[in-house]
Amino acid sequence: MDRDSVLKEVRQRLKDDILDVFDKSAKRVYIGIKPGSIRKAAQVLFKDLGARFNIASGVDTRSHMEILYHFTFDDINLLISLRVMLPKDKLEIDSLAPLFEGANWIEREMNELLGITFNGHPDMRRLLLPEEWPEGVYPLRCDYREWDKDAIRDRGV
Amino acid sequence: MARTIVPIGPYHPLQEEPEFFSLTVDGETVVAIDAQIGYNHRGIEKLSERKTFDQSTFVIERICGICSTSHPFAYTRAVEDIISVEVPERAKYIRTIIAEGERLHSHLLWLGLAGHFLGYNTVYMWAWKLREEILDVMEILSGNRNNYAMFKPGGIRRDIKAGDIPGVIKKIDSIVPTLTMLKSAITDDPVLHARTKGIGILTKEEATDFCALGPTSRASGVARDVRKDAPYGAYDKVEWEMIVTHNGDVFDKVVQRVLEMFESVKIMKACLTGLPEGEIDLNIKDIPPGEGIGHVEAPRGETFHYVRSDGTNRPARHKVRAPTFMNLPTYKATVVGETISDAAIILAAIDPCYCCTERMAVRSTKGKLLGRGEDLIRLSQEKTEKLRRKMGR
Repeated sequence: MDRDSVLKEVRQRLKDDILDVFDKSAKRVYIGIKPGSIRKAAQVLFKDLGARFNIASGVDTRSHMEILYHFTFDDINLLISLRVMLPKDKLEIDSLAPLFEGANWIEREMNELLGITFNGHPDMRRLLLPEEWPEGVYPLRCDYREWDKDAIRDRGV
Repeated sequence: MARTIVPIGPYHPLQEEPEFFSLTVDGETVVAIDAQIGYNHRGIEKLSERKTFDQSTFVIERICGICSTSHPFAYTRAVEDIISVEVPERAKYIRTIIAEGERLHSHLLWLGLAGHFLGYNTVYMWAWKLREEILDVMEILSGNRNNYAMFKPGGIRRDIKAGDIPGVIKKIDSIVPTLTMLKSAITDDPVLHARTKGIGILTKEEATDFCALGPTSRASGVARDVRKDAPYGAYDKVEWEMIVTHNGDVFDKVVQRVLEMFESVKIMKACLTGLPEGEIDLNIKDIPPGEGIGHVEAPRGETFHYVRSDGTNRPARHKVRAPTFMNLPTYKATVVGETISDAAIILAAIDPCYCCTERMAVRSTKGKLLGRGEDLIRLSQEKTEKLRRKMGR
């Protein structure tokens, strides 16, 4: 399958779910999709078209919380990034971990660092932050402020 | 039979990053495993947002001491992807040389440690002796044995002197006979076969499902290598082969890495002899708003960086994904069902970074201290010794 037929297939299968397509260069394509369609899109890219899941990256912008899911088609050297914009008052999205194991850890990471809820995740525990880290403090958000870490030290942890 | 939980960690004796594994064992067999990481979480992504694009190169170089080139390499490629520029030819070649030197010393380090865990201390000594030669080469080329500080967005910071090249090639050549000897020692040893063949198998389907990378997935027959699939640097200009093995067990992961070293030697020599003349730096002044992705093949798999610029001199977001992040969760597929004396080498077979303090404690469920420190390695070495005696070698 070459680049054009992959893109055509993606456009066709996800017709109503795609918001915009940004064809940046020969190797990079960014596709904006609706938050509700992420599992369907991952199904098409990962399971049906055989792409490899690189990673997801969450970004806190002024207006939205943005998640990029990066998928690579190694055979044709193409990297498709699915862009999902979540409104700040409803940080929820379907989990991809039931679909494939590779999404398990990164969703745990985004949950604790950015405070995004992944519905249907099989094992939502903290991955990186210590147990003493307070609930509701998300270090990768823009409005993150240093909190009093002496509190941990004083408890003798 | 009652089940026992064996905790390994938080300072694992076999792995660089402090990790905590809890193995649930039924007799000798591991029936469940869970891991906890984050003991060494340093917030590099957040830190990078507060540094300028040039400073970030040095911060992320310190993510890992062993693969200290792969992170700047991926990062500079991501920044160059924002601007859509290609670095000069000479810079591409020199970047490739540094990256391959790193792969050589990283694989040698792993091979030595794997030998040590299996009770083959001779392999350990030989491999680390060879590694010294490579570190000397890196010192000649970059001025540092580790953390080479060669990369910057748009090129490299330090040129290679023409006078150094013959000496470097001689040094690289000098490791090949010993490497060949190590290779045949590994492939011909029946005890090693008995100890590692069919142990900790990661199937091709599992490798795809876990999105495993690099030698870990290539040992399972997944023919994926960023250097071939999305060529960068000088990888499409020199001749080399992608090594793929098929069984997915510990033995294939060893063989995979040993064979890859020969290819690295080939690439390094070809780049050094065919080094083109010219500029080494583009002197990038401004980074426009936009986003870029850079991925390179590190010794352990694909390193992936995503950088977003908002037009200021600092990255607005910098996502770092090291290969072990995807490779480590494969323990769920490989360790369960194996014996506890094999757990050590299986967990080490994906080559998670090694460097931290060695310290661990094995406790029974009642909290009685059973052993510490080197006990897991001792267990593993005893098994090899037993096999060796049984096979009369």
